[in-house]
Amino acid sequence: MNRFTLLLSAAILSLSSAAASAHDFKLGALEIEHPYARATPPNAPVSGGYMTIRNTGAEADRLIAGEAEFADKVEIHEMAMDGDVMKMRQLADGLEIPAGGEVVLKPGGFHVMFIGIDSQFKDGEIRKATLTFEKAGAIELEFQVEDIRAMQDTMKMDGTGKMDHGAMKHGG
Amino acid sequence: MPRLGRKTGIGAAIAALILLSIGFLGWQYAVQGTDQSLTAGMKLGTDFTLVDHNGAPVTQAAFEGRPTLLYFGFTRCPEVCPTTLYEMAGWLDALGEEGRELQAFFISVDPERDTPEIMKGYSEAFTDRVIGITGDPDEIARVVAAWHVYAAKVPTEDGDYTMDHTASVFLIDRDGVFKGTIAYGESAETAMAKLRRLAGTSG
Repeated sequence: MNRFTLLLSAAILSLSSAAASAHDFKLGALEIEHPYARATPPNAPVSGGYMTIRNTGAEADRLIAGEAEFADKVEIHEMAMDGDVMKMRQLADGLEIPAGGEVVLKPGGFHVMFIGIDSQFKDGEIRKATLTFEKAGAIELEFQVEDIRAMQDTMKMDGTGKMDHGAMKHGG
Repeated sequence: MPRLGRKTGIGAAIAALILLSIGFLGWQYAVQGTDQSLTAGMKLGTDFTLVDHNGAPVTQAAFEGRPTLLYFGFTRCPEVCPTTLYEMAGWLDALGEEGRELQAFFISVDPERDTPEIMKGYSEAFTDRVIGITGDPDEIARVVAAWHVYAAKVPTEDGDYTMDHTASVFLIDRDGVFKGTIAYGESAETAMAKLRRLAGTSG
């Protein structure tokens, strides 16, 4: 494979993903910014879905379930590094979105796990999946599939692989 | 590919229960080990017979004669494995001629699901420089233990499972001696410096 082509496509991808971050969704007090999923190698039965979820309301909400036609299951997971060991946990009680706060789902931390996907996720595709929140209800999101090369920067922001729990105050 | 628990229902619930019990019974190929106990200069590994992603037999001898990178992971791994394979491909590519002698292997810690065919499609999506290895789960367990790798099945709600595993890349010199690791998330600069040392192309 030609390295220049790779770099070029990575550059184009990062541009397009920056442009695509305008794709936001709203559900009650929740704002969901730029849902995206990771392009997969052939044969990979799983992919991760990521986004930023902001809660503008006065009450905490909770991401509790997911569903997609293209996957056998959609689960809510947390990945963390414990020393040199990668640990993955299903969040059986879901993921809390604090009142007035936001939670970032990103590579190396919280993610929606698409299990048993029916076909390879290819860069540039849109995959529709429904996420359900305890209070706000369900919403169908369009996950933009992005090449993993476009995600390297996000991942490198935190060398431990463990993200903070995103309880930042949101002014809006 | 098994499609477990596809729809809810009594059948699925029973299947999940059965699978969960089987999962617990068969669970303990988890091997406790820690990278911290490893020091450069140790000779690690054990005799084994597994298959590479082309279906050819592989033994411990494959890790000698050339400087080697070993990575343990599985294809149902959404993040660290694709990231690491992508990075390994990038390092080897960037080293070019300097890294010509290096060889790299991706050993499955989930041999029950990772067939040679699955490993091949997966590895080759990143690079032709990384060869997948899988095979008999007992043999894999012995290799995992001999490299002090942590690999454990973690059951999920519906009787399926995911894996926790050591995410570092092991570096072995041409005599089969362990030289150190590249940690997950380590910078490309330090990774490349380690690989140059391993390849013998820098002091």
